[in-house]
Amino acid sequence: MEVIKLISDYALPAIVLIIILIGLLRDIKVYDVFVKGAKDGIVTIIKILPSLVGLLVAIGVFRASGALDLLVYALRPAAQLIGIPSEVLPLALLRPISGSASLALVTDILGNYGPDSFIGRTASTMMGSTETIFYTLAVYFGAVGIKNIRYTLIAALLADVASVIASVFICSLIFGR
Amino acid sequence: MLNYIWMGMLVLGFALGIINGRIEQVTQALIDSSKAAVELCIGLLGIMCLWTGLMKIAEQSGMVEKISSLARPVMAVLFPGIPKNHPAIGSIMMNLVANMLGLGNAATPLGIKAMEELQKLNAKKDTATNEMSMFLVLNTSAIQLVPATIIAVRSAKGSKNPAEVIVTIWGASLFAAIVGILSAKFMSKIWRNGRRKSYGGN
Repeated sequence: MEVIKLISDYALPAIVLIIILIGLLRDIKVYDVFVKGAKDGIVTIIKILPSLVGLLVAIGVFRASGALDLLVYALRPAAQLIGIPSEVLPLALLRPISGSASLALVTDILGNYGPDSFIGRTASTMMGSTETIFYTLAVYFGAVGIKNIRYTLIAALLADVASVIASVFICSLIFGR
Repeated sequence: MLNYIWMGMLVLGFALGIINGRIEQVTQALIDSSKAAVELCIGLLGIMCLWTGLMKIAEQSGMVEKISSLARPVMAVLFPGIPKNHPAIGSIMMNLVANMLGLGNAATPLGIKAMEELQKLNAKKDTATNEMSMFLVLNTSAIQLVPATIIAVRSAKGSKNPAEVIVTIWGASLFAAIVGILSAKFMSKIWRNGRRKSYGGN
């Protein structure tokens, strides 16, 4: 674990240093090139903004309306059938749409049930093994102006469901229920 | 598809907001969320410029191309449509590595860079290619070596062993990545209403 943490800590400065040193070695005017490249960053951010506004507004309205509670209620029987505890179901549904909200929720769950309980460990595993799919898709596709995303969302959601089920399964296998 | 999902979320949100008597909160969310999007973009602006700047250096020095050629054997299986030594592979690699190391701030700009490179290979500019889909699926299911945020929360909530979930997280992520890759591969073969591959390579 210590080694991995050490790598994580030094990775960023190391990457930056390597990029600049190789640039110098190849006789590149690193600062001039950097400034030129940095300018592209502004354009990209401006390209992301419209899709991000659209997405965050839809998610905000959806959450504020209580639609999530309804979804949890509707999915509870199916979730219980495959062994997903109903305490972590809201987290499973919230995780793909909002990173900050699901972090708040997982903090709440760990506080209520204890971080070392089965519920707590499963919630932690779910939180760490899934991503904010909608945000990632909006930012990455928005940046290049893709409108027809084809099957991308379906494949990403399938992976998400797989990680939720795997979290429950692996936690009961390793820690016991 | 995005059109329907977006419309569905908003219509359902407004309808349920009225039924649940939460229309005030819904209206507030509408205003707050649009503001949050701008704040997010401004927050990203600096780090985005930093990485597009650094990547420009890496590109001109031939570093990206070098990484591309080194990563080619693995990448050829996942991304058959990317030509040999194309800079897209270098950008994808750097994004995935940043993701694994939990460098979220670096990962997003690098990922966008990768998308821009993939877009150059795209014949139909408004439609996602198989390579883009595969990249995003990998990106959303990628393994994080040290899930620092959740470990910090567990520790704050008094866990006896906050880091014990690392192994279960690795396991669940690995399974998710495998399911994601297989579904993306499978659907790229059966998805008809998009387009078949139309650029060179394979």
